[in-house]
Amino acid sequence: MTAHATAAPPAPAFWRDPGQWADRAAAVGLVVLVVIFQIANPTFLSAGNIRSMLVASAILVVLSIGQAFVVATGGIDLSVASTMTFAAVLFGFGFSRGWGVLACCLLALVGGGLVGLACGVLVGRGRITDFVVTLGALSAASGAALVIADGKPVTVIDAGLLALSAGGIGPIGWSVVIAAVLAVGAHVLLFRTRLGTHVLAVGGNPEAATATGISVARIKTVVYTLSGVLAGIAAILLVSRVGAAEPASNTSFLLNSVAAVVLGGVSLAGGRGTITGPVLGALLLTALANGLTLLGVSPFYQPLAVGIVVVAAAFLTRWRR
Amino acid sequence: MSLMKVEGVSLAFGSVQALRDVTLDIAAGEITALVGDNGAGKSTLVRCMAGVHRPDSGRILFDGSPVEFRSAEGARAAGIETVHQNLALVEDLTVWQNLFLNRELVRGPFLDRKAMRARAGEMVAELAVNVPAVTARVRRLSGGQRQAVAICRAAGFDSRLVIMDEPTAALGVQETARVETLIRTLRDDGRAVLLISHDFAQVLRLSDQVWVMRGGRCVGGMRTKDTTGDEIVSLVTGTKGST
Ligand SMILES: Nc1ncnc2c1ncn2[C@@H]1O[C@H](COP(=O)(O)OP(=O)(O)O)[C@@H](O)[C@H]1O
Ligand SMILES: [Mg+2]
Repeated sequence: MTAHATAAPPAPAFWRDPGQWADRAAAVGLVVLVVIFQIANPTFLSAGNIRSMLVASAILVVLSIGQAFVVATGGIDLSVASTMTFAAVLFGFGFSRGWGVLACCLLALVGGGLVGLACGVLVGRGRITDFVVTLGALSAASGAALVIADGKPVTVIDAGLLALSAGGIGPIGWSVVIAAVLAVGAHVLLFRTRLGTHVLAVGGNPEAATATGISVARIKTVVYTLSGVLAGIAAILLVSRVGAAEPASNTSFLLNSVAAVVLGGVSLAGGRGTITGPVLGALLLTALANGLTLLGVSPFYQPLAVGIVVVAAAFLTRWRR
Repeated sequence: MSLMKVEGVSLAFGSVQALRDVTLDIAAGEITALVGDNGAGKSTLVRCMAGVHRPDSGRILFDGSPVEFRSAEGARAAGIETVHQNLALVEDLTVWQNLFLNRELVRGPFLDRKAMRARAGEMVAELAVNVPAVTARVRRLSGGQRQAVAICRAAGFDSRLVIMDEPTAALGVQETARVETLIRTLRDDGRAVLLISHDFAQVLRLSDQVWVMRGGRCVGGMRTKDTTGDEIVSLVTGTKGST
């Protein structure tokens, strides 16, 4: 490079470097779980079970992508699951009034996006802490969902929507295809566009980003809106899977989206993150639930298992460089 | 020839009057030093020039015409680059990403990463900056290497005025010498440099003009060749007042 160029210090062997393990906690965890479950129950890796695990993971993958963007800016979106519920209820609201499915989908996307936009503006321009704003949005969105739905589910029966959950390309369900396309798009957005670089810069050092002319408020607004729109997409997948739009609380989706992001090696302090990590994290959590069910473990143990896995992953991040 | 003129600039943060009626100017092609005790208002003045703060009153002229930057982006667009005291680098990004932060080269909607890496290599080589590789994360660089990257960024993009807020405060002897060479390189390249420093020997070594601030005021200015370290010290501490 230059006459002064100094050699970088030699990297330690891959498998002896705890930093490498920490960066790949989700991938390593997934492989370990798959091996254990496969030994315990050989139907775990059957085509049918893989297919159902992928379908089961689609919603969480979509929510985790939005969460990853928010966390990469150093924020946290506690409202993802409630926003999804709110958007699902909006879908049902339109459907019960005889709207077409496309119009209902649009309503869900716009509704989710608006909740995200509101959070983003309050965090970015209003300079209120992410945690407080999205905690408020969590409550407000689930409250609004109850009010709009009047506490009752709306049954949604539509051929097109059924195809979304039942059909697919070959053996791969449409919901899985959608989640995969979104994941690839999110990866490109984060690493191949100016916006993505600015997201990481704002999370890594907001003052430095501001000094180069990047607007922290604008980036915050964008990531929360993105997370809201993704919650809207997740809502459509949810309605198609359940066959109804219900004002249920869906809290486990919130906890699991944060867990997937932590497992995926995105720094909660912001500035560092990937999309593959959280996607693998979401797959891991789904495989964990599926495997425990296959082994006949009571579902009461699932949250306990998730908790242990997440804390173990967080423990690994101590070795990150 | 004067490149930047600051005329009667005042700025208060609540009850703290950080700048009081500051007037000074910076000549093109020279190294201008700005000295003063901690809290004298140097960084605040620099942030006004860089578009981070806006003065309550007074005006700033750049290249003869009054400017009012709405953000750091505005000042950068005019050709004013700043190396802030708190080192405005993002540690988790690479050297090349920092060099091009908010100045990214794109092809269509996508980053032109190859071009940025190549150009970053050239920028680093032109100033003979000592960094391991432009693909290294800033987190892995030493203090001197980080300072060099920050200066390199300020020097790039055809800037006309490079402002440096205490660039050598945290550096060792060798690293300081390298940064001083960089500063001279910038001047020889025809750019104006505003250097904030606590090191009076360094100011006497490098600068053409010295301005002194105390308690938010600009209390004096002289040509470096006509002054001494003792005179600067007495102006900084207030044992000799020229206003
Ligand atoms: N953002 C800010 N908010 C409030 N007070 C500030 C701010 N920035 C600087 N000050 C105050 O303004 C004065 C000048 O500070 P500064 O410009 O940093 O001085 P210097 O760089 O000369 O050491 C100090 O009293 C400092 O506390
Ligand atoms: Mg200062």
